[in-house]
Amino acid sequence: MKTHVLFRALVVSALILSYGFAPARSAAEPIVIGEYASLTGKEAGFGQTSHQGVVLALEEINAAGGVLGRPLELAYEDNQTKSGESATVAKKLISRNKVIALIGEISSGRSLEAAPIAQLAHIPMIAPAATNPKVTQTGNYIFRVCFIDSFQGAALARFARNDLKVKNVAVLSSVSNAYSLGLAKYFKEIFLASGGAISTEKNFSEGDKDFRAQLTAVKAAGVDAVFVPGYYTEAALIVRQARELGLTMPFFGGDGWEDEQLLKIGGDALNGCFYSTHFSAENTDPAVAQFVVRYRARWQGEIPGAFSALGYDAVNVLANALKRAGTTDSAKLRDALAATKDFPGVTGVTTINPERNASKAATIIALKDGRARFYKTVAP
Amino acid sequence: MTEFLQQLLNGISLGAIFALIALGYTMVYGVLRFINFAHSDIFMVGAYAGYYMGRFVPEHTFWGGLAALFVAMAVCALLGVIIERLAYRPLRSSPTLNVLITAIGVSLLLENLGQHFFGAAPRPFPELFPATTFQVGGVYFSSNQLVVISVTLVLLLALRFIVMNTKIGTAMRALSLNRQAASLVGINNDLVISFTFALGSALAAAGGILYALNYPSIDPLMGVLPGLKAFVAAVLGGIGNIPGAALGGLLLGVVETFVNGSEYSTYKDAIAFALLILILLFRPAGLLGRFTKEKV
Repeated sequence: MKTHVLFRALVVSALILSYGFAPARSAAEPIVIGEYASLTGKEAGFGQTSHQGVVLALEEINAAGGVLGRPLELAYEDNQTKSGESATVAKKLISRNKVIALIGEISSGRSLEAAPIAQLAHIPMIAPAATNPKVTQTGNYIFRVCFIDSFQGAALARFARNDLKVKNVAVLSSVSNAYSLGLAKYFKEIFLASGGAISTEKNFSEGDKDFRAQLTAVKAAGVDAVFVPGYYTEAALIVRQARELGLTMPFFGGDGWEDEQLLKIGGDALNGCFYSTHFSAENTDPAVAQFVVRYRARWQGEIPGAFSALGYDAVNVLANALKRAGTTDSAKLRDALAATKDFPGVTGVTTINPERNASKAATIIALKDGRARFYKTVAP
Repeated sequence: MTEFLQQLLNGISLGAIFALIALGYTMVYGVLRFINFAHSDIFMVGAYAGYYMGRFVPEHTFWGGLAALFVAMAVCALLGVIIERLAYRPLRSSPTLNVLITAIGVSLLLENLGQHFFGAAPRPFPELFPATTFQVGGVYFSSNQLVVISVTLVLLLALRFIVMNTKIGTAMRALSLNRQAASLVGINNDLVISFTFALGSALAAAGGILYALNYPSIDPLMGVLPGLKAFVAAVLGGIGNIPGAALGGLLLGVVETFVNGSEYSTYKDAIAFALLILILLFRPAGLLGRFTKEKV
């Protein structure tokens, strides 16, 4: 009687255990790509738009059969726009999700947090829109698919001198933001070298709401235009308060201004202002127009902004490099990424140069009648 | 000169908001001898109440703005009473440290509930009052700044009237002198304490809406820094002293604005806290406060 029970127990346990040793299913093992973005928090707009671009690219690649015969899988984490979180989530993606590459971030400050982690683990990281030069200087595994601030600052300086035709500007930068300080520095260099003058420089901190004190001082300095190399949350409030204080001159900024919240918070105060960015949905290039159609179809009619387009391009550049490398081995993938040449992205033709940056054109957007309109392109 | 006057105006309007929030801190301290750290988050809830009210009232109207203000004040008064009932009353006979820690807990709870229900992304606050700018001799005022200054004045005077000229105000003052004696003379302590919290929270809500009118981007953590600065203002003026809180708020607002407009603008937050340290070192009772000696 007992041996009978024991025998049955053995058979049942053998059956259960055999499940674990069953041969792998016929589906190919997915390639896991990691993404860290500010999906919630102060700059949620950046993270959400770039994430949507990334997801669209992934879905299109998988619909076409994946890469190297395997589907792409996305493991993504939210850094909540908090400092320090990007490092933590990057570590998690690398060690727990075992991603073969990392996509992130829009903000230079947060990219700088994760870059050393990716470099140490020899996992290639592609930043869709971090423009501060220091990001790729972290190491040879860090790439970006956008232009850097030395170009953006120069482009804005030339725009101010040649298009806005201003001689005298004030600079209002965010002292706790790497992007802001970097962009301000490059702008100043070229603006001063081209004969312009900077009458006054004022600072504010991330998260500040009241800029009237700085704006009153700017007003007293009597400038022709004000450069605000900050993020959209502060830029919108700055321009609104400036108009309330009677400052009517144009304000301009960099790609940190790009978000739909800019116009929601700033409204008509922003008329007559400009900012530089990486992409415009109004571009007549057929590749861009088709991307806009596909993006709108996927995301309930939303018009893609620069960060959606860059997130999309980052994934496609990665997929292209994977195909050329023929493997997910990190060293070979890194080399394939570094060799990216003339890749046709929706933000422009992308070639990764020896500093692992892309040389791309900047798009200047004019804010008119409460809307963001394409103004001109500035070639590199 | 115009720059000086403009900065002064900016400072006064910022200071008025600090004064409103500081009043809540100071009243609760005066009556209960403890700092209600959750006060800054009631300020945030007030701003969100105004945001949601903004969906029901038309923008740019006086009555719409006032309706939103009253509703937010009522909602927060209720919230204040509930918090007092649930979190602070059971600890009334415990050492003050326990209540302080509970207050911090309530503050964190409100902040995180706010992030959960309202989402952490900043939202644009509707323009509840008609917004125009006008200038007087080169000094620009926004009508919102005038609304802030006038509403603060009205509320300050109303508060003074309540505290000095009504029965419940007298009861509040009695409680702040000696809690046991107050209950011995027939004052319903629980009622008076609930009323104090309701009043303080209503003022915080008004502060929240006025702040959001001027800086129209609200998020669940918006109360942290203004709350801290208002606390500094309350201590600066003498904690427990109502005119002191108003004075402290104005002073802090003006100092911060002038620092912000100078080359040292990066240090503006540091200045607020440096002031706190200086006051505590040299005049710990605050500018208008007096040290009450404990009679044994």
